[in-house]
Amino acid sequence: MKKYTTPLIDELEKGPWPSFVTEMKKAGKHNEMANDAVGHLEKCYRTKMGYWKHGGIVGVLGYGGGVIGRYSEIGDEFPGVAHFHTVRLNQPSGFFYTSKALKEICDIWDKYGSGLTNVHGSTGDLVLLGTKTDALETIFAEYSSRGWDLGSSGSALRTPSCCVGQGRCEWAMYDTMGLTYALTQEFQDEIHRPTFSYKFKIKSSGCACDCVASIARADMSIIGTWKGDIQIDQAEVKNYSSKMDIKAEIIDMCPTQCMSYDGKELKINNAECNRCMHCISKMTKALKPGKERGATICIGSKAPIVVGSLLSWVIIPFIKIEEPYTELKDLIRKIWDWWDENAKPRERIGEVIEMKGMRSFLEAIGVPPMPQQIREPRKDPFMFYTEDDIASYKAKEAEEKKTGKYKF
Amino acid sequence: MALPQRRTDIGPPHFEQFLPPVIKKNYGKWKYHEVLTPGTMVHVAESGDKLWTVRVASPRLMSTDTIREHCDIAEKYCGGYLRYTTRNNAEFLVSDEKQLEPLKKDLTARGFKMGGIGYGITNVVHTQGWVHCHSAATDASGLVKAMMDELYDYFESKRLPNKVRLAVACCVNMCGAVHCSDIAVVAVHTKVPVVNHANFKNMCELPTVIGACPTRAISPDPANKSVKINADKCMYCGNCFTVCPPISIKDPERDGVAIVVGGKINSLRSNPKFSKLVIPYISNEPPRWPKAVAAIKHIVEVYAANARKHERLGEWIERIGWERFFSLTGIDFTFQSIDDFTFMRDTMRTASTFKW
Repeated sequence: MKKYTTPLIDELEKGPWPSFVTEMKKAGKHNEMANDAVGHLEKCYRTKMGYWKHGGIVGVLGYGGGVIGRYSEIGDEFPGVAHFHTVRLNQPSGFFYTSKALKEICDIWDKYGSGLTNVHGSTGDLVLLGTKTDALETIFAEYSSRGWDLGSSGSALRTPSCCVGQGRCEWAMYDTMGLTYALTQEFQDEIHRPTFSYKFKIKSSGCACDCVASIARADMSIIGTWKGDIQIDQAEVKNYSSKMDIKAEIIDMCPTQCMSYDGKELKINNAECNRCMHCISKMTKALKPGKERGATICIGSKAPIVVGSLLSWVIIPFIKIEEPYTELKDLIRKIWDWWDENAKPRERIGEVIEMKGMRSFLEAIGVPPMPQQIREPRKDPFMFYTEDDIASYKAKEAEEKKTGKYKF
Repeated sequence: MALPQRRTDIGPPHFEQFLPPVIKKNYGKWKYHEVLTPGTMVHVAESGDKLWTVRVASPRLMSTDTIREHCDIAEKYCGGYLRYTTRNNAEFLVSDEKQLEPLKKDLTARGFKMGGIGYGITNVVHTQGWVHCHSAATDASGLVKAMMDELYDYFESKRLPNKVRLAVACCVNMCGAVHCSDIAVVAVHTKVPVVNHANFKNMCELPTVIGACPTRAISPDPANKSVKINADKCMYCGNCFTVCPPISIKDPERDGVAIVVGGKINSLRSNPKFSKLVIPYISNEPPRWPKAVAAIKHIVEVYAANARKHERLGEWIERIGWERFFSLTGIDFTFQSIDDFTFMRDTMRTASTFKW
């Protein structure tokens, strides 16, 4: 195997944080591809630029995604990375593994790939970095016969992901891992065969702490919430009072100012609570969310390309998330139908909603307008009125004339 | 040897088979948790069962050798169960308290770093960079390594007013929630791309390329059967390059990084926020990006010295005002921090009530 001198990236083996260069070199000791990846990276550092070409179309028979083609512009110099495709393995919900399963994944990858991985990629897949085109079918047969499937890429439903949820969190308002598994199974075709205008991501968080960042990076963000009163254990509140300044850290930091504490009893005006999770997360032994649990559905977030970043918008303030998740699955299909009808190529759903208007979208999926959907009403007087709108406003006025009572 | 029979559309394995018995038993019935040290926490179930978690730093880019070592450790102390976090740390789960100290001792002996829980700095969300991406304007893994070496104390022991979430995006495509981080590094191009007309007509679709431009800087160039780019309108986003490889935007001496601050994704106290641009440009300085790293450390330190307990960086800045953030940090305010893309209406000040 070729021995590369790598003075620049060697600098990244120093210091306390675990070094990815050390990892690459470890794999490079027994793998030609990983070894050439080390030399290739040193050249990037020396010239201050990358050498990867755009992804080519590679994959496995019957699937349109799950493998990202990657070729180097300087494959002659580094033949081990001339092809260096990524294989995305669909991760188990919550990123839980047994050592037996993980070792099996490693064994196959060492046999047919570079031995380099990302655990995990940004979307959530277990990413296997670097293999050759002719190994892809074999890799797929090896993994799928052992129960592992490919994740997604391209203009498809991307591999759904979620927080640890009820597996290890007292704040999970619904079963994020169960839902993610169910949606992944339900939409296998949409995951593996890209037919959308662009990517569509679904991320599930159990509460407003949003540990998978769904509000910022999922076309559909499913965020756990509740109705009803926060459950208070006053004895535990008292215990906290010896460890923290409840007035300064909890009462005064409540965004809706709906709490009070007189040194003996903590009171919450629950009608005014917006369920932000601050008090609950700081006093987790004393405070528990209310008993009627479900999720808020938000839509549209994405990174800056093309016309600026979006955070997801609230469309359904509260929905029950219970097996077999029929209501949610139907909603997702309705959303895709509207998107499919209205999107130009490479338009995310948030962008299409901006172009076509939220009304068109909400009507298509059968959701009425609600003040919970907005931060504030529109500021301009340029609005659409349909004939039906005016007819309904007129009908209301006719009714008022009959009853003698205004109904605004 | 014959290949095993492939199966399609089976989806991932059901997670239940990977859950430790204590989690299976107490699924959905957790009562509370406590952070014991920056590297350990304990979750307590309604049944009284306890689950200790030890969190370990990961470079995210891992060799199978290291994954196997994680597995060996899990077999020795955790019944063979382990998990990873959304920010790519490894977590070892222990239901028998007697295993906790031996596990930690073994992790230390093997050189694994424990930390990242609570009000400090945990692993950095980042993109592929030069390691594996075609559109990278910098190397994400290298920047992360250099940043975390410098900020390591905040991972392992030192505490902050609240957590500080860091992220690195190696181009403005920003895979990952980079745009809503307390502090993020975003690699930028700064020069108008060059079109290779000879290749354009074979490799690119004219309407797609024109449509890819957010500032309408691209128009047809019929003489060349290609496109031309209006330099006055181009903001170097690179989206044209993404849809059309013959448009080249890489430039080693001009590509660099920008720093954005004040974003968050949770709803605690205040709503989720985007990160905002405070430093428009720092040259790419591999292998350790000293100026970018120093800038991030400086912002963390000014935040640590001035924010109130529980205030995230963005919440602290909103309380004191952005003009105060610039004066406290001494960061030069530049034209690039004034939005002239899509958000100007929402971001200009419309009152005379500011601070000197």
